[in-house]
Formats: sequence, C-alpha cells, structure tokens
Amino acid sequence: MSDFDLITIGAGPAGMSAARVAAEGGLRVLLLDEQARPGGQIYRNAGQTRDARAWLGAEYAAGARLVDALEHPGITARFGATVWRLDAGPRVVWSEGGASHSARAPHILLAGGAQERPVPFPGWTQPGVMTAGAAQILMKTAGMLPRDAVLAGSGPLLYLVAAQMIDAGAPPKALVETQTPRMMLRALPHLPKALFAARTLLKGLGLMARIRKAGVRRYTAATDLAADTETDGTIRFSFRSGGAQHSLTCALVLTHQGVIPSTHISRAAGIAHTWNAAQVAFKPVHDIWGATDRPGLYVAGDGAGIGGADAATAAGQLAALDILRSAGRISADARNQRAALPRATLFRARAIRPFLDAAYAPSAETLSPPDETIICRCEEITAGAVRQSVKEGAQGHRQIKTSLRVGMGACQGLMCDATVRGVLCDGKSACMGRIAPPRARTPIKPITLGELAALTNDCKETA
Amino acid sequence: MAQTDADITIIGGGIVGLSVALGLLLAGRRVHVLDGADSDARASQGNFGLVWGQGKGWNFAPYASWTADALAAWPEFARKLSDLSGIDVALDQSGGYEFFTDMDEMDEFADMLAQQQRHLGTRFSHELLTGDELRSQMPGIGRDVVGASFSQRDGHVNPLRVLRALRRAVAAAGGRVSMGAQVDRIAPAHGGGFDLALKDGRSMGAERVVLCAGLGAASLAADLGFITQIRPQRGELLITEKLADRLPFLSSTIRQVDEGGVQIGGTKADAGMDDSETLDVMAGLARHAVTVFPALANVRVVRAWGALRVMSPDGYPVYARSSRHPGACLVTCHSGVTLASLHASVLADWIDETAAAPDLEAFDENRFALSSVA
Amino acid sequence: MKIASRFQASPESGAVQFQYDGETLTAPAGIPLAAALLAHSGGFSRQTAGGHDRTAFCMMGVCFDCLVEVDGIPNTQACMTPVRGGMVVRRQIGLRRLKGGSDV
Repeated sequence: MSDFDLITIGAGPAGMSAARVAAEGGLRVLLLDEQARPGGQIYRNAGQTRDARAWLGAEYAAGARLVDALEHPGITARFGATVWRLDAGPRVVWSEGGASHSARAPHILLAGGAQERPVPFPGWTQPGVMTAGAAQILMKTAGMLPRDAVLAGSGPLLYLVAAQMIDAGAPPKALVETQTPRMMLRALPHLPKALFAARTLLKGLGLMARIRKAGVRRYTAATDLAADTETDGTIRFSFRSGGAQHSLTCALVLTHQGVIPSTHISRAAGIAHTWNAAQVAFKPVHDIWGATDRPGLYVAGDGAGIGGADAATAAGQLAALDILRSAGRISADARNQRAALPRATLFRARAIRPFLDAAYAPSAETLSPPDETIICRCEEITAGAVRQSVKEGAQGHRQIKTSLRVGMGACQGLMCDATVRGVLCDGKSACMGRIAPPRARTPIKPITLGELAALTNDCKETA
Repeated sequence: MAQTDADITIIGGGIVGLSVALGLLLAGRRVHVLDGADSDARASQGNFGLVWGQGKGWNFAPYASWTADALAAWPEFARKLSDLSGIDVALDQSGGYEFFTDMDEMDEFADMLAQQQRHLGTRFSHELLTGDELRSQMPGIGRDVVGASFSQRDGHVNPLRVLRALRRAVAAAGGRVSMGAQVDRIAPAHGGGFDLALKDGRSMGAERVVLCAGLGAASLAADLGFITQIRPQRGELLITEKLADRLPFLSSTIRQVDEGGVQIGGTKADAGMDDSETLDVMAGLARHAVTVFPALANVRVVRAWGALRVMSPDGYPVYARSSRHPGACLVTCHSGVTLASLHASVLADWIDETAAAPDLEAFDENRFALSSVA
Repeated sequence: MKIASRFQASPESGAVQFQYDGETLTAPAGIPLAAALLAHSGGFSRQTAGGHDRTAFCMMGVCFDCLVEVDGIPNTQACMTPVRGGMVVRRQIGLRRLKGGSDV
C-alpha cells in the first residue's frame, strides 16, 4: 500500500501545476523540492518576493499564483528535500535534514527542470565569472544586483537579465553576443510558426528595445572569449567581434548559452532518452501526456525538453490529467476534454521554440572549446586532455571519463557531459546525437555514508 | 589463408587483453588488439584495483603460487608501465587487512590462510590481530570489529590509470589497438588462421588469436571449441568525495584511491548482465564502512555502481590452448589487475610455447571436462 | 587581498550575524549563504585541490563550486544553505579532511 497516489519531484511551474490538478482530482500528492521554497528557478522565491521587486517583471510575479495554489489539503509539500534515487516500484528516496526517507506511489512525475548549458572558455572558473541565471537567482532571492557587469553569450535569458538590470537601475556594461547572422538566417523560416507565440515574440522585441534605449554597448558574433583576473580582482574579458580584438575591464562576466534539460534523474531512472538536434541536448522520450517507457514514471517541464515556463505549466497539467485517468479518477474522454486548454497553451508556447533554438544556438566554441579551457570544473581537466584521450582511441563518455576522471567529481558530470560530447564530436550535432549519454547512477546528489548506513534493510518508509 | 600484418590478434582491450598484448610485444611479436564498444561490460572500468593475495588459492595450490608470483612481479611491471607510458599507476604494496565483525567468519578465514601459508611457505606471510590489538595500533577502528588478518604483501593500484597506461604502453611498444571492433564470430580459415566477423559487418583475418574478451568471450569461446562457461558476478561499489588525509589502512573492502576518494566494495550477486546499483546493497556497504571506521560516517558518497566480474565455473583463471583449432588461446580470469604483472611477462612465453613457458597445466580448461565426467 | 563585492546588495530587513573565517558578517536570514558571501566579497570562497580560486558559479546546486565549511561540516553547498544567525562558515582550502576542516 502506498501513502501517496503521486509523487512530484520538483516544485517549479510543471510540478506545482501538476500537484494542484492532481490534488483537485482527489489524489494524495507528495511534492518534493531541493530548494527551501517552491517556484523552481524561473519562479524562484516568487512566493516571498511578491511585489517587492517589480523590476523582475510581471511574468515572474505570476509565479506567486502557482505557489499559492499549493495550499490544498491533498498536497504534502517537503522543501529542502533532495531526491537521490528512484527505484522501480516506483519508490523515491530523498535526503532531508540529514536523514534519508522513502515513499512509494503508483505515479511519479519528474519535473526537475533545466540547468544552464555549461559555457566553458579560458578563465570561466575564476571568481568574477558566473552564469546569467546565477545572477538572476541572486536578484530573486537576495535583491542583489550585478555591478559593472558584462553579459556574454546567447539566448533570450541574456536579454531578460539585461532588461531586469536596466529596470533595476544597474544596466550591464556591455552585451557580448555570440550568435551569428547565419543563425538568424536559419531561424527565419521558423518565424511564421513563431507568430502563434506573438506575445512572447513581442516581449522579446520589447526587451531588445529597452536594451537599445538604455544605450548598452552591443558586440555581435563574438568569438574567442577569455577571462583573466587583474591583481585588484577585476576581470579583463577579451573576445573578437567585427574583425577586431576587444578587451573589457569589468567586475563580473555573466555568461549564458541557453538551457538544457536536467536529465541526471531521468537517466538514472532508466528512462529512454533521445537527441534533440534543434536544442543540442538529450531529453527523455515521452508521449503527449509526459508518460515515459518506465511504468508509472512521467516527465513534464523543461526537464522533458526546453519549452519555458508557460509550456511547463501546461505540461504539468497534462501529466496530472493522464495520471488522474490512470488512477481511475477520470475517464479518457474527460481527460481529453480537459486537456484542450493546456494543449493549446502548450502549442502556443512551443511555437516559438524552433525559431529561438535556431537563432540562439550555442556557439561553436561553447560546444568544443579551445585546448587550454578547463571543461571539468571538479577535476580541473582541460579540453586538450579530452582531445588527447580521443586520440588514444576513446570513443565515448565512459572511456574518456575513466581515462581522465572527467565527470567523476561531486557534480557527476552535470557541468561537463555536454562539453565532453561536443569535444568528442568537434561540435558537430549529428555526431553528438550518436554518442550515448553517460550512465547516470545514484546517489543523484552526494549523501553521507552515515546517512546511507542508517537506511534499514527494507528502507523504512517514513513519509 | 587469413590475411593480416600481425602475428597475433588479441580479442579484448581491457586490462587482461592489453597486458597479454604488452607481454607479446615485449617478446618481439607483432600484435593487433581488437577492443569493443564504449558500452560493453568492461570489468576493467569498474573494478576495485587490489593487487591482492590473502586467501587466494587456499584450496588450489597452483593459484596460490601464481598469485604470489604476480605480487612479486608487480614492482617491476609498474616500472615498465611507467617507462613506456609515462603514467604512474600508484602501486602501493605496503600491506592489507581483511576486517571481521564476526568471530566465526574470522576463524574460518584464519584456517584458509593457514592452508595458503602451507602452500606458499616463505612466499607468503600473514598475521592475525584481535580487535583490541587493531584498535591500539590504529586508533579509529570501530568497536564492532572483532579482528583482522593482515598480509604485508597485499596492496593496490589505481586501476583506471593501469588501463590507460597499458593502452599507451601497447602503442609505445608498437602494438596496434582498434577501438570499436566488436568481434561477433570467429571461424577457422581454410589453410590456417582465423576469419573474424565484426558486429559492424567488417571481417578480418588473424594468424593466431588470444581470446581475452571478458564476459564478451562467452560465445566466442564456443566458436573456438573451448568448453569454459564464463558467467558474470555483480559487485557493487561506492566512491566518496576526496579526502586530504590518508586512511590508516587498506582492506579488501575499503581502500582509499591515491586521488583521495574512498572506495567501498566486495559484494557478490548473480544478476545476469544487470550492472545496476541497488539500494539495500548500497546501504550495506555504507554500514560496513562506518562499522570498520566510524569517522567515515560524515564522508559523502558521490557515486555507486555495479560492475560485473568475469567468473569461470570454479573462479580460477583459465589459460587454455584450443585443441581443435591450433593457434587459438583463451585467457580469462577475474583478478585481471593482480595477475597483470604475469600476463604482461611470462604468459607470452606460454602463448608462444617457448622453453621458458611457465607450467600452466593446472589452469587448463580440461579441469571442467573432468569434473563433468566425474 | 580584499576584493570588493561584485554586486550591489539592496538593504533588506531581518538581518542576522554569522562568522566567516573569523569575520562577523550581516545578511538577511534565509537568503542563500552563497549570496551573502558574494555580497561580502568578490574573492574566492574555496580553493581547489589544484590551488585555484573558486566561488559560487551556478547558484542552483549544480556546479559544486560554492563548497564551504558550515558549522564544521566541509563540502557544504553554500548556494543550497540558507543563512542562519550564528552559523560559523569557513573557506575551504584544498580537499576536505576526514574529520572536517580542509587542507591547511
């Protein structure tokens, strides 16, 4: 017998909306999230911030509604709960307050979201270089604003962060963009479809207008990114753009090259994955409801393929509807009927993706950085070392990993898998799709031997 | 007649295959190693790295002796590897423990060691320590440890570096290693030699073959008329975050890798080709570690994994020449790290059938035929 | 040398005090510890085994570069640890030690 009908892992837009729909349908839902509060990364702290930081924008404020909707007697929410294992059964094992717990449910929804694509370049490991997403989290959680910062890379988030900084009175010093005119040309055929997401498109144009109006210096088609630290701690950020070498002195470089699904947990759970060439990333295989090839396991949100917050909210609702059907709470007809609205939302939200994916594709040197670049931050291994290992015959993640220790550190490859694949394939997407993703194992995040030892033979169920 | 530029083709590019290849290269042979896919079982990428003698061959004198020879040959082998590859494999032979929390189990093991001692005489040494003796020598050993055996000849290496060093050494010695060459079938060729069919559709010839393909050898061995049944045995392992300080001991189940992480292992399960890590076994390994050395309790596990041991029916190595197909040999064992020092030296003489060849008759697979008749 | 923070911290209510390598810092309770450390200094919060400076990078628990010692527990992700009054935080130099603390 299980205590819950559904366990949702991740309290971002997908997990929150699924929990609400499932609870309203009469299911007992356990919602687990590693963070201290609900919201995921996109709506990080949205329940606390409310109207306090208007410069974060109206869309961010919308997250508070999803957070409020978690107030339902059918939802048990645990925060600071780090899931470190999924078993067939299905059973979820998580760490909370220094002890591990487990619970079973016939349905489990993986809604772990995305991570930023690693953006390796020479010097990216030094204090003073962070991700644009990290800066945004600092704005959301602590009201901290980047000082004297250069935004570098590619992708809509870069413009959003720039606009938020401008609105907060701390405009970036410069915007160094890596996307090329060629990428925009490749994106143009996708523009008509993107018109279904006119609101998003307009929002994007609005961001660009604000950046222009603020007079932020922009460099385009930048290559050869590198950062050095001066003796006073300032960063000298150099790159090539427009046929010339540039060097900017700043306090902070905020990098971004889009986001990729967090697949560690879905791979460790044994779900089949497929290469998404447009998004240059692996994603779990699932049907329109988010159901995977593993019985009872569903995926929704950016962890199932990048679609953004609106798509995630809709996908969470769709997964919950199918779970309600599977649990015998609603008929397939009722499910289909109720799915019409979220499916329309999902369609609109996804309509702009092909355009965005093509226009803001990761730069070639992000996928396959120069030799001297550290690509495994944990073990401090360079791209050159990986190339040497390939020369010695390594053909896949495992051989590279075992010969160099790449990906053997605390992050277990989260920060280097994508780059190893890129280096192995010289940045060529077709090849990257043929390299099987590395084997993900448990624990999904490190846990102490003491905590593991305390698990009794039958892993007492505590939730 | 099979066409090839190599005298000998080695099937399998793990620690066993590359060690055998290196030995043959150093003996002047032209060698071609066929290695499989990244996703193959590959015991060489999941093992524990012990160079270990305690308990081995207590019931089978030739194996006790062969293992003792291997331990003695390791320092020279590590030097050779380092010279050829530029890689230090972190060989440490300063002794190893077997810890016990159950007195009966310890008594049983002590009897096994006494028998091993009788086989080996001065080539082996061991001592038995009570829990209190251990704790006074090594502060930090847990209260529930009732005792340990210790052999000063036992040790360990960094097995992943051994693998990479071997690959480089084979290349440096003039060997050819083909990656992604999964052999699907072997057939004797007309006029001598063998035809190898690869999974990707390619085919190639081989004058002589040595089958060192670990679990991949199961069906190929039958192609060559060998009767040895090879089966997988799953071991599960944990690795922790790295520590700046050194653990005061090496044991057969807890070892600190030279890079700093603590590896915990030693479990056995029959699970077919399933190399998953399982929750109960993970918890059991953690309990063992904190029982032996309680200070490990606040050290974090970063990864657990399962790996498949390559087991012959009786667990001992098999060194066999095909009687039906001259020119084909089978080399398979589970202690590929410990025995690498011999595989990369004197085994070449046995493969080449020179006067200096060691007597490996006891390891022939005819022992399985005899037992099935009996 | 002391490197000024790379961020402007907005004045927030509910501040508490905690120790950072012997210094007393003030930060709003509940914000990520990594945020409080970044608001205090633009310098490193740990050094790798290879001796290189690192500090918080991803702020979402992925990269493990914000590892510090918190109340004696090494390798703690500062970005996942909320600030509490009275906590004792130390930079980590090199690998952690078995019984807490780090290399030096």
